[in-house]
Amino acid sequence: MSFFVSDQAPANRVSGHKRRIALYCLGALLLLLLAVAMGAAIGETAIPLDVIGKTVANRIFGAAYTLDPIEEGIVWSYRISRAIVAASCGAALAVSGAVLQSLLRNPLADPYLLGLSAGASTGAVLVTVIGVGGGMVSLSFGAFWGAALAFGLVALLAKAAGGGVSAQGTGQIILAGIAGSQLFNALTSFIITRSANAEQARGIMFWLLGNLSGVRWDDVWLAVPVALGGVIVCIWHMRALDAFAFGAESAASLGIPVRRVQVVLIAMTALMTAVMVSLVGSIGFVGLVIPHAARFLVGVRHGRLLPVTALTGAVFLVIADIVSRTAIPGQVVPIGVITALVGAPGFALILIRGRSMR
Amino acid sequence: MMLRAENLGWTVRNTAIVSEVSLSVREGEMLGILGPNGSGKSTLMKMLAGILAPSSGTVTLKGQPMAAMPRRAIAQILALVEQHAGTAERITVQDAVELGRTPWLSAIEPWSPRDNAIVAQALADVDMAGMTRRHWHTLSGGEQQRVHLARALAQQPTILLLDEPTNHLDIEHQLAILGLVRALPITTVVALHDLNQAMNCDRVAVLDGGRLVQIGPPAEVLTAQIMRDVFNVRASFLVDPEDGSRVIRFQPLGLPAANTTLIKEEHS
Ligand SMILES: Nc1ncnc2c1ncn2[C@@H]1O[C@H](COP(=O)(O)OP(=O)(O)OP(=O)(O)O)[C@@H](O)[C@H]1O
Ligand SMILES: [Mg+2]
Repeated sequence: MSFFVSDQAPANRVSGHKRRIALYCLGALLLLLLAVAMGAAIGETAIPLDVIGKTVANRIFGAAYTLDPIEEGIVWSYRISRAIVAASCGAALAVSGAVLQSLLRNPLADPYLLGLSAGASTGAVLVTVIGVGGGMVSLSFGAFWGAALAFGLVALLAKAAGGGVSAQGTGQIILAGIAGSQLFNALTSFIITRSANAEQARGIMFWLLGNLSGVRWDDVWLAVPVALGGVIVCIWHMRALDAFAFGAESAASLGIPVRRVQVVLIAMTALMTAVMVSLVGSIGFVGLVIPHAARFLVGVRHGRLLPVTALTGAVFLVIADIVSRTAIPGQVVPIGVITALVGAPGFALILIRGRSMR
Repeated sequence: MMLRAENLGWTVRNTAIVSEVSLSVREGEMLGILGPNGSGKSTLMKMLAGILAPSSGTVTLKGQPMAAMPRRAIAQILALVEQHAGTAERITVQDAVELGRTPWLSAIEPWSPRDNAIVAQALADVDMAGMTRRHWHTLSGGEQQRVHLARALAQQPTILLLDEPTNHLDIEHQLAILGLVRALPITTVVALHDLNQAMNCDRVAVLDGGRLVQIGPPAEVLTAQIMRDVFNVRASFLVDPEDGSRVIRFQPLGLPAANTTLIKEEHS
């Protein structure tokens, strides 16, 4: 037998690989643009695609098409920014879910596992109901710091429980996350029942189920860099994530600095999730279901899985947002309701088909 | 000296699991680690592989303290096949073996035809080349074990640590895998339960209660007295008429010696 194989990689194979990756990136970008364009076109007033193209040309490239100012305003100030934030949010949540599922080796892991959405809701009610910050801080600000605080507590608890982000225990961080979520959800309920009036309570519930109607361009400049940066950091760790397939010890024996990778990736998913929750509320199901759908499509290797997860999540959430705006005329259904209504049967279908494929 | 343990100890909740183990693995040798269940073989192997930090003592790899080496550098020299490692992921045999290339690839470095060739060779070496598309959870225990070994081979280590690599294998594959490992031009440390297989090692180390009892050539170490004191069995040594090699036969300690002679005579 020949233990050492030695032939050199022909250069043309490598450049072919690069060309293929470039093609995939281009295709993904086109798909994203198409989704955003659809998000801008579809709504209570349908706006033709050429108006959208001209609006973008006017605003970005300084073209001088004459357009109905109201339509141009709707497209530019509301719909495009909203679709871009939806796409960023979908990508970030889906990739966070995929990474946590692999890292913690738990198919039920989702981005809210670490107490982030519960903490965000507590932060949000503290600002809106109790009036913390004296009207100087926004709901988003409160939600972000609530999520960050909750995550910090969960991480500390997991560490104290002995497992935390170490080679042995990933069970502890999940349990700590459950404890943290329960605590902060209870706090939120307590504050609402004690201090909120009916209207505030309804508003909070609406926000918790996901709400993109307040989104403006300011939010785009936060959501896009966070989502893009986070997704790139996760893709950068694709080989490390693959190596976790047989557990942390096996990853270590394959040369992965387990502790560092766990800290970096968990912190990254927490940051992405906290930012997205603070912008649009806690939209469920995306982070849990999209990664499984993507696995079903392209398998478990993260080099393919993570980009496909990001793209699917982005497109899915843009479509979910369109549906939430148009399903009932004159009314916005919370986007979290749509993601669950579409996601649950979709997930069931994947489970059933996946079973028959074994 | 390839791999060296000095005064290695591991303690959990005030119980010493491994204590004061010092040994050196020589270049190119096959060192067997023997001992009853719970004697600390797996724990020692994990410390030697650098994935378990010792409570006391040090491991040095090619003269460097392992604790100070980056994980990646260790994994380019040393591969470990664990006793138990499974996955719930829908990972294929090909995927699992490709993981072995991890220490050699940077974050974005593309997969090369050379990597493919190494993976294909590793699969062929363990007789799994025909099952590359199969999913992990559809494999039998022995097939899973062979895939783990292939992954370690794909890592192209200079030191291979194997924790009971043959315990799920049929007899043909036990002999094939041990023969393969022996023929590799590398250093191997292998934890074994089959003491007759241990006879093929260059040296064996015997652990009992976490302590190193003996280390040396198997013919010198595996005496009737060690069998009785460490393994709690009575051993008799037979000679294979085919090639004159020594075969160990085991009996429970309680059984009187006369009994066996009787059985032997009846059968001859
Ligand atoms: N984390 C732990 N906590 C407590 N005890 C442990 C721990 N890990 C190992 N042990 C104990 O240490 C002893 C040695 O374990 P080890 O797995 O090294 O044995 P082994 O020699 O490999 O046994 P086997 O032949 O069954 O594989 C066992 O008694 C085991 O119960
Ligand atoms: Mg063991």
